[in-house]
Amino acid sequence: MKADKTGVLTGSHALTGNEACAEGALAAGCRFLGLYPIVPSIEVSKRFLQRAPEVGATFIQMEDEISALAAVIGASWTGKKSMTITSGPGLSLMMEHLGLGVMLETPCVVADIQMVGPGLGLPEHPAYGDMMQARWGSHGDYEIIALSPSSPQEMFDFTIKAFNLSERYRVPVAVMSDAYVAQLKETVVIPSAGEITIEPRRYFDGPSDSYLPFKRDEDLVPRMVDIGQGYRFHVTGLTHDDRGYPIMFEECQEYNVHPLVWKVRNYVEKIVDYQETSIDDADVVVISYGATARAAQKAVTQAREAGIKAGSLKLNTVWPFPEKKVAEVAKRVKAFVVPEMNFGQVVLEVERCSNGKTNILFLHHGDNGVEHTDGIIAAIKRASGANGVVGSTVELK
Amino acid sequence: MKANPKDVLTGVYYIDGDVASGYGALAAGCKFVAGYPITPSTEAFEAVCHRGPQVGAVFIQMEDELGSISAVMGAAWAGVKTMTITSGPGYSLMQETIGFGAMLEIPFVLLNIQRGGPSTGVPTKTGQADMMQSRWGAHGDYEVIAISPDSPQEMFDYTIKAFNLAERYRCPVMIMSDECVGHMTEKVVIPEADKIEIEARRMYNGPASEYMPFKPDPDLVPKMARAGAGLNLYITGLVHDEKGHPVKSANYKSAHVRRLVDKIRLNKDKIIELKEDGTDGADVIVVSYGISSRVAVKGVEIARQKGIKVGTLRLVTVWPFPDERIAELAQTTKAFVVPEINYGQVVFDVARCTHGKANVVLVPHGGAGVHNPSDVADAIEFAAKHESPLEGVHEFKTRLEKSVFEGGLKLKE
Amino acid sequence: MAVERIDDREIHPMENLLRMDRMPHIWCPTCGIGIAVTAFTAALEKAKIDPNMAAIVSGIGCTGRVAGYVKLDSFHTTHGRPIAFATGIKVANPKMKVIVFSGDGDLMAIGGNHFIHAARRNIDMLVVCVNNFIYAMTGGQVAPTTPLAAYATTSPYGCVEPPFNIPYIADSSGAVYVARYTALHVRRLTNALTEALNKKGFSVVEVISPCGMYYSRINRLGDGLDMMKFYHDNVEIRHGEDTKNLDIGFQTKIICGKFVDRERPSYMERYNQWLSEVKSTRKNLDAPKGAEGEG
Repeated sequence: MKADKTGVLTGSHALTGNEACAEGALAAGCRFLGLYPIVPSIEVSKRFLQRAPEVGATFIQMEDEISALAAVIGASWTGKKSMTITSGPGLSLMMEHLGLGVMLETPCVVADIQMVGPGLGLPEHPAYGDMMQARWGSHGDYEIIALSPSSPQEMFDFTIKAFNLSERYRVPVAVMSDAYVAQLKETVVIPSAGEITIEPRRYFDGPSDSYLPFKRDEDLVPRMVDIGQGYRFHVTGLTHDDRGYPIMFEECQEYNVHPLVWKVRNYVEKIVDYQETSIDDADVVVISYGATARAAQKAVTQAREAGIKAGSLKLNTVWPFPEKKVAEVAKRVKAFVVPEMNFGQVVLEVERCSNGKTNILFLHHGDNGVEHTDGIIAAIKRASGANGVVGSTVELK
Repeated sequence: MKANPKDVLTGVYYIDGDVASGYGALAAGCKFVAGYPITPSTEAFEAVCHRGPQVGAVFIQMEDELGSISAVMGAAWAGVKTMTITSGPGYSLMQETIGFGAMLEIPFVLLNIQRGGPSTGVPTKTGQADMMQSRWGAHGDYEVIAISPDSPQEMFDYTIKAFNLAERYRCPVMIMSDECVGHMTEKVVIPEADKIEIEARRMYNGPASEYMPFKPDPDLVPKMARAGAGLNLYITGLVHDEKGHPVKSANYKSAHVRRLVDKIRLNKDKIIELKEDGTDGADVIVVSYGISSRVAVKGVEIARQKGIKVGTLRLVTVWPFPDERIAELAQTTKAFVVPEINYGQVVFDVARCTHGKANVVLVPHGGAGVHNPSDVADAIEFAAKHESPLEGVHEFKTRLEKSVFEGGLKLKE
Repeated sequence: MAVERIDDREIHPMENLLRMDRMPHIWCPTCGIGIAVTAFTAALEKAKIDPNMAAIVSGIGCTGRVAGYVKLDSFHTTHGRPIAFATGIKVANPKMKVIVFSGDGDLMAIGGNHFIHAARRNIDMLVVCVNNFIYAMTGGQVAPTTPLAAYATTSPYGCVEPPFNIPYIADSSGAVYVARYTALHVRRLTNALTEALNKKGFSVVEVISPCGMYYSRINRLGDGLDMMKFYHDNVEIRHGEDTKNLDIGFQTKIICGKFVDRERPSYMERYNQWLSEVKSTRKNLDAPKGAEGEG
């Protein structure tokens, strides 16, 4: 399916990451925004609100982030593609409803413009401290998908992708950006509507008495209907059977929740997306995502110029984690360098998937500026001179 | 310091884990508990409500879990030991303020009686699927301590330990129990007050003008103070300097946040508590925690009868994770078997620390029940016989999974 | 409502609006929630609501289970958030008739914030709040409606907190229709619900319900029938009473009736009006500079 023309602002524009995110949402067909204002994500809503009347999108500013995501899930069941945007403290408040979104298998998108945390942290300063939270922050077992854009153009592209994945797998999808990319202004090329592929909602179209809201197709994803179509279905956050009725037995828990995990884990290879640069002959590979990838890719180029065989693996989807790819690369490189704008989150996954086959250097990135490459280059140099393998992660201060 | 005899209900009791934890909190000197009713943790809060007034502890049932944990934060700065009690959905609601507590280095204890999730899930039955959430649930970087008791007696003992660790490291301490342990009724021995070791709050007692609420001692933990002591406190959840004043974005260096994680990471050898049995020279080591470790005992017994050399490693403290010990054991053992009541959480950390030196087998369970010990035994046998390296975490197919997805089992109501 | 029989099976007169495959329900004997549901389904018919175009949203608790038994598009959501969830439905699809059916703990404690804000916005929805003065699903904890001095498991020495007066909050927050009846007043309750269903804007109907299992047992008030007798003897109907005067004490007189019935533009009315203005004038929506503070 192609995008609806009304939402697509085709052309080449100078946009901030936040604005590009709003444009991406509108292009993807998002017609409902539930929000609560929080720095540094304000511009997404500003842009969305400016464009909403002409596009025919609805929005509401709720009383807090808890209700913002609740409204988004409710709106999604009316058939409108829905999203919310927030930052760290807001994401923490949304954790319960992220779980509800997973349990009701509701397609929706949560854009998180990360800042320094914990607590109130530093509202305008970029960081990537919520990466593990996106994966593990709600109680109970679930899998979601998280994308991490590193430029305004990617903010646009990945927001569309987020909506598509969310409709395809019926899970909440997180767009994990940060204050730097969100406020960075760059050229964003918005293609024509005919060039944007949109994943349509997977609707059930049988007779109303045969609709089972959680009856899974072969790929484990159930089909949806909109409210108001006369199906008069029931859904609940309690453990439920195909009919959506609560059943409190371990058999049903297994029947209900295990597929929630499988429907992402079994399709990891289809979902994951990464970008590799000069990896084939590399001794050292820098694994990065989001804003850090900007510095990482520059550092790799500079290292190559200095004669070090460096490569870059940029993770476009961070969750699910590209386990196989990292395990495969680990077998043939001397070391991974993992710069992150936190104190070690995704590096733990890199360590797990490397199976002790390579050295791992972790680097806390960003204190000297997001685009600063010195630290990463120093790490690449040190890693390229390594002899032998130390299994565990070494932090480079 | 010893416990106050007034707070300790010395004697031998037949009570459930929830109540034991409530009594443990009061014995540890907890003087403020805020909670909100949520199955299956309510009994712990009720125990405090009944006994609290007799020992001079205040309780309040707040309007929701956000309110409970915020009240706890305030009470800690008022100078008392505090706790809140909840389960999965309430725990999710508390995440923002848990991060806030880590940022302000507030000593407090959070009792989470886990149930089946996600979302509302199975409120009345067990689960262990909030383990990763306890480590990663709030935004930003921080470290917490998490303890997982496996009996009502341990609920009493480790609630006291939780308070001691919270005061010692000025950080949130989670008691990650579950419905089974919470509702399990067993003998609980509450010792005399002078047998109970209590960590006093590390209060500042220098001149008021020199107090800096976030100036760390050499062990990276700053001294605490309380409101109303004439110290003119300025406490904020924004990134702050040693005085507690907010730092401007342009001057931001990560030193402050780094200390929040380092004070746990660098002290982790003192915090971690493990219970090992027969791990030396074992072919297979079962790593477990909480109720799963009690179920695993039977599985291990069956496997040992079959002649397999099985060791057990019980994580009493789950976070911080014993990276080094797992890495060390991975050198000598063939495989780790990890039964947990979720679809893989702590097992990923076990896998990470083996560095490819040993196989890792997960025995999953979705919750609303505990493992079948035969599954644990079969997984041990599988791991013992499997010679070649397995890719990633190997998920063992349990009897429950087979019966639900392969046996054409009709879901009963 | 005569009981029909088909194939020797008793047919509930509201069978077309109830999920009969979910029966029996989970509520205890002598609970008033079932009565509230019956009154509600009767009101749906009387108000001529198209069941295909109505959605019912519940939170958590005993009353939270109502959504599961009513045969509309129904959502059993998280604790305290049904109003927020319903707001999303209403704003995204204004054609839907949206009903929130939940308990006093769910709507007034954890969901109190959403309650006042939805009333302030005047979102077009009907909120049915079943008030049994206690958290019953979790075993009898003190609620924001528990009268002073009443006992609960978490107020073992008597409740020390003054309770909320639900009609007063609804009124002062901006609700356009506020009524209160007990589970005894089935006919009046049905009429009130019918009226409220046809009302445009945020309508609140409080249903006082006996809880024979916890509230009356812990407080030694007898069983559900005794509570019904109590309602019979102690309820006073005073339509138009100032909502300030509607506090409920422990075993005191309960004032019921319709207290508020007024007109205010609903959220969607204002929203659409604003939207058409914007479309005609292309007003610049840029927020004033410097309006951004700390999140």
